[in-house]
Amino acid sequence: MRPASVEAMLPFLGGHTGNPSGAHAAARRSRKAIDEARDVVADCLGARPGEIVFTGSGTEADNLAITGLLARRGGTAVCTAIEHHAVLDPVEHAGGRIVAVDADGVVSPEALAGAVDGDTSIVSVMLANNEVGSVQPLSDVDAAVHTDAVQAVTWLDVASLAARADLISVSAHKFGGPQGVGALVVRDGVELEPLVLGGGQERGLRSGTHNTAGIVGLAAALREAVDTRDETVRRLGELRDRLADGLLSRVPGCTETGSRDRKVAGICHLCFEDVDAESLLMLLDQAGLYASAGSSCSSGAMEPSHVLVAMGVPKELAGGSVRLSLGWSSTDADVDAALELIPPAVEQLRGDGAGWGRGPASARRRGAGDPPGEKQ
Amino acid sequence: MTRVLVAMSGGVDSSVAAALLQRAGHDVVGVTMKLWGGASDTGCCSVADVDDARRVAQQLGIDHYVFNFGDDFMDRVVGPYVADHGAGRTPNPCVECNRHLKFDLLLRRADRLGFDAVATGHHARVERDENGGRWRLLRGADGAKDQSYVLHMLGQAELARVLLPVGAMVKDDARRLAGELGLRTAAKPDSQDVCFITSTGGRQEFLRQRLPLHAGRVVDRDGRDVGTVPAVELVTIGQRKGLGLGGSPTPRYAVAVDVAARTVTVGAEDDLLTRSLVVERMTWVDAPVAGEVEVQYSAHGAARAATFADGVVRWSRPQRRVAPGQSVVLYRGDEVLGGGVASSS
Repeated sequence: MRPASVEAMLPFLGGHTGNPSGAHAAARRSRKAIDEARDVVADCLGARPGEIVFTGSGTEADNLAITGLLARRGGTAVCTAIEHHAVLDPVEHAGGRIVAVDADGVVSPEALAGAVDGDTSIVSVMLANNEVGSVQPLSDVDAAVHTDAVQAVTWLDVASLAARADLISVSAHKFGGPQGVGALVVRDGVELEPLVLGGGQERGLRSGTHNTAGIVGLAAALREAVDTRDETVRRLGELRDRLADGLLSRVPGCTETGSRDRKVAGICHLCFEDVDAESLLMLLDQAGLYASAGSSCSSGAMEPSHVLVAMGVPKELAGGSVRLSLGWSSTDADVDAALELIPPAVEQLRGDGAGWGRGPASARRRGAGDPPGEKQ
Repeated sequence: MTRVLVAMSGGVDSSVAAALLQRAGHDVVGVTMKLWGGASDTGCCSVADVDDARRVAQQLGIDHYVFNFGDDFMDRVVGPYVADHGAGRTPNPCVECNRHLKFDLLLRRADRLGFDAVATGHHARVERDENGGRWRLLRGADGAKDQSYVLHMLGQAELARVLLPVGAMVKDDARRLAGELGLRTAAKPDSQDVCFITSTGGRQEFLRQRLPLHAGRVVDRDGRDVGTVPAVELVTIGQRKGLGLGGSPTPRYAVAVDVAARTVTVGAEDDLLTRSLVVERMTWVDAPVAGEVEVQYSAHGAARAATFADGVVRWSRPQRRVAPGQSVVLYRGDEVLGGGVASSS
């Protein structure tokens, strides 16, 4: 988390935190903090304060946008095949239409327009994909437009790119804020049916006592992310290029997923032939490098990535795909460590595994001061 | 210190296995194999079981991972299970899971990951011969819980890298130790059934969704119709109940199943008796063995005296026919020699 976000939250975690819906001094302090946070979020996302609805997550924001709009307007939904499950599942649940993407993981405005008909009331297109980082164009269609900007905030000017969108979802933990808090921009005049009924908070769109600390932390992180975006994109773009180019040149049988110039700066997505991603991630994890692949289901098992399937990546290659995400806190040293660890790890995993008796090829352990390969 | 990957199912035995290895000073990492994504309320693959395994790993302070072997499980275990039933055999999917998943895929992955050994919570013992350095597979110390039958496919290469730390314990002691260590799985009931079959729908419902099941005639040995069965694919040699023969004065058993002809032949108990049994797909723990052996053909059945030669078991005393597809395991005393699958012929 960004220190600025942690610091902003602390006054609302200890001591007497008032319920912002109350009528006493402590309540007013919380209320004021939320009001100010709302101003910040509105400014950062190019919206008006009255258009911001705080939620418990990006997923909840996506669900509220799609399910809430369909409940009010009727009709059906359209989305791309590479949406996060937080969009894909409510669209599929409502019997919506899924639009294919190209090999770079980008949807074409024509394909999108072709899927929209008189019955379509909402179209959802993510601004940047969470797995491969592909940036999507938002086009005008004859329906409400929702964009899942959860992955985009750190990298893209959401306020201008999503200026025509009716609904915009964000999630705090993706830009250095706390887990478990998100927001949805609901433009004036766009009517939604709430998913959660109760005390009528957030203009009746999201009942439930406010997560004051989380909302304040979200705003502080968003402010810093937007203010430092140009520098972040420049610095992390260079790091990502060094990481991706370094691995592509050092590891045979390694390919980059999609075109780099159509992606956000912070995502390095690679496929390693003849390697299973679970093993690679485990080796890297044991060495203290955290990467991911596909998406995780509730049991923690890895599931094949629907994004790679949609991009036409062959199954064998997708099975060895790894996403190395860089964030605002990533450093040169992180990239050095990845460039040092990953090539031998891939090499190690390419054996046939019938080598009992040869002894372990590596016994790297997580932990400070353990030089690779020394501990058996 | 050895690096050991412990296959943790979320049950008490593998929990204790992990604890024992850690206590012995090994560098232990836990893994739960996610094998089955379908609806099942039993067995080792539900989210709740993965949770149990992870929580035990947290209690012990060891790393825990989940390996998704769902596609392999479908290809190597569930698919053949369904196909075998379609061909009128009675397969043992737990044996195939051990053969292809736990002691092949997992072992090879563990090797690539740099582990020295893989451990499971099976009740069986692995010992090394003092003279030749050969590995031996022995029945577990708890006769009632012995699982050596389902491990008979392990050979020297596997046994050299497999640890079965609870095999030397009786189950009550394993539970007691789990309780002393405060492991949350201490009182968890034993798993009983095939992990991908639900207790509500059962085998019949599972197969009905994956296989065209056919009603069949039930005939006696003279070919006379005596009843019908709803699904000839689900009849097992030796079966007495569910053959539509209620009220028969003497018990009658399925003595032959012909799926193609959709016919089950029934006969008296004596008609089931046979002097020999042909075994296919034999594997050996060490060198092939011939001569006097004891043969076990169900997970917890008794081992019967026989001689073995050229893929044929010859019983010392007539035995009931073994359903084709069942695992047939050869022992001498407590030692597993090898095993295979009962032939249809």
